[in-house]
Amino acid sequence: MGLKVNAKLLRQLLVGFIREEVCKVGVRKAVLGLSGGIDSALVAFLAAEALGPENVYAFVMPYRTSNPESEAHARLAAEQLGIPHEVVEITSMVESYFSRYPDADNMRRGNKMARERMTILYDQSAALSALVLGTSNKTELLLGYGTLFGDMASALNPIGDIYKTQVWHLSEEMGVPRAIIEKKPSADLWAGQTDEQELGFTYREVDELLYHMVDLRMNREELVADGFDPLFIDTIYHKIQNSHFKRRLPVIAKVSNRTIDRDFRYSRDWGK
Amino acid sequence: MNFTVALAQIKPKLGCLADNGEMICSVVERGISEGADLAVFPELALTGYFLRDLVPEVALRMDSPLLTRLLNLSRRIDIAIGFVEASDDYRFFNSALYLSNGEVLHRHRKVYLPTYGLFDEQRYFARGESIRAFDTRFGRMGLLICEDMWHLSAPYVLAMDGATTLICLSSSPSRGISEDASLGSTVAWQKLTSTTAMFLNCRILYCNRVGYEDGVNFWGGSEVVAPSGNVVVRGKIFEEDYVVGSLDEGALRRERIFSPMMRDESLPITMKELRRIETERSR
Repeated sequence: MGLKVNAKLLRQLLVGFIREEVCKVGVRKAVLGLSGGIDSALVAFLAAEALGPENVYAFVMPYRTSNPESEAHARLAAEQLGIPHEVVEITSMVESYFSRYPDADNMRRGNKMARERMTILYDQSAALSALVLGTSNKTELLLGYGTLFGDMASALNPIGDIYKTQVWHLSEEMGVPRAIIEKKPSADLWAGQTDEQELGFTYREVDELLYHMVDLRMNREELVADGFDPLFIDTIYHKIQNSHFKRRLPVIAKVSNRTIDRDFRYSRDWGK
Repeated sequence: MNFTVALAQIKPKLGCLADNGEMICSVVERGISEGADLAVFPELALTGYFLRDLVPEVALRMDSPLLTRLLNLSRRIDIAIGFVEASDDYRFFNSALYLSNGEVLHRHRKVYLPTYGLFDEQRYFARGESIRAFDTRFGRMGLLICEDMWHLSAPYVLAMDGATTLICLSSSPSRGISEDASLGSTVAWQKLTSTTAMFLNCRILYCNRVGYEDGVNFWGGSEVVAPSGNVVVRGKIFEEDYVVGSLDEGALRRERIFSPMMRDESLPITMKELRRIETERSR
């Protein structure tokens, strides 16, 4: 099965990625939000190995309704690594805004929380001369299961090309605490929320399909022949299609001969 | 003739000609002081790989001061190196030079410019039009750049043209993580260099870079492969390295006696069939 990876080699590649791409910008430090979940814990472990624990700053940013276990797990990861960490409550900031719009639904509130957290991380990155590390994995990015300019924002994302299933595997190799690896994935936006319940399928199921569809480029016919449910295939295909705008830069209206990103093309590491 | 090669597994800075030039000259000096006969650098060693719109900015004419400096150094050591070449008619090539004794012994312009997957070369570079072997003080050689090597015909033509040493300059990105202890690209390249050496009874000097550009890693693993297909020496994976290998004329002679595939290769039959295929395809 193709989702299995050599965790040692992957670790080496990703640690090198953080070390080189952070230092190229002329800084030596990184900041990230620790949610208590496995993705941000894994990124913290990779970053601590790449930059040294003293150079990785973690921010735990709970909201009033957040599960207390999340904060406990975030602290657990930070303490095991010995990285500087701080708790910044976002309740007052988010509440103050929604007092004007008390009817806002869960989605709006969740998005606002995610973006509130990211403004804090970017502010801290400026204060600390550090880069913001992203913690979205490939499964979430492909499904669009994240908030644009919220948790999906970052300067560098070490785990954006590995599926959730691979995140679990690599986390074992890195020594992420068992309690974090074994709990049910959750965005923790309301009590009892789990990702898999909200999405309607498990990460293992969808990763298997995504791997065959995206990485192996199997068409619908081949996927069906391989035993994937046609309805499941179509649902996921549409999710990828409909969330594609989140994976691209904002569209720029072309009027000149050289438009940014269309025919004005340079690598981001230009001159580094 | 026996000789020693140094494979310079460097990490160029993207688009920084001056910095890369200094670094390369100091590696060449090391080769000279440690007595290597030939120093080999990766594809686009002077510029880095994902250049995109930088291509015209970092392109060098054949008479540029940086190349002149390398030419001067080549009086003390042979040098094979990749760079962006600007022609007089403003075409830009992904080129490689073999410098020796103050002269350009050979210039190869990359023929196969990949445009699939993460590659975008044909958009920025003009295509080279020839694949030729050339004589050096260490015997007849051929130069190829990365993707060229993946087209069986390219090393074949060089071997038929008399090359006994193939130099391949590379910027091979890391991809294809699996259960294996090596990446997909590493496994594929190692099969390729070994098989090519064996088929053509040639030595392969493969120099691949390291470092990251926009999150894409280059895996290194530069190697000297004997005509038997066995690896003589191999560079580190993911890290900068300086790999020295000795090439023994006797080993080449013995291998060519043991498996004389190149001697027995029939150029007339190949030519006849290729002409037939060309005619049939154009019908």
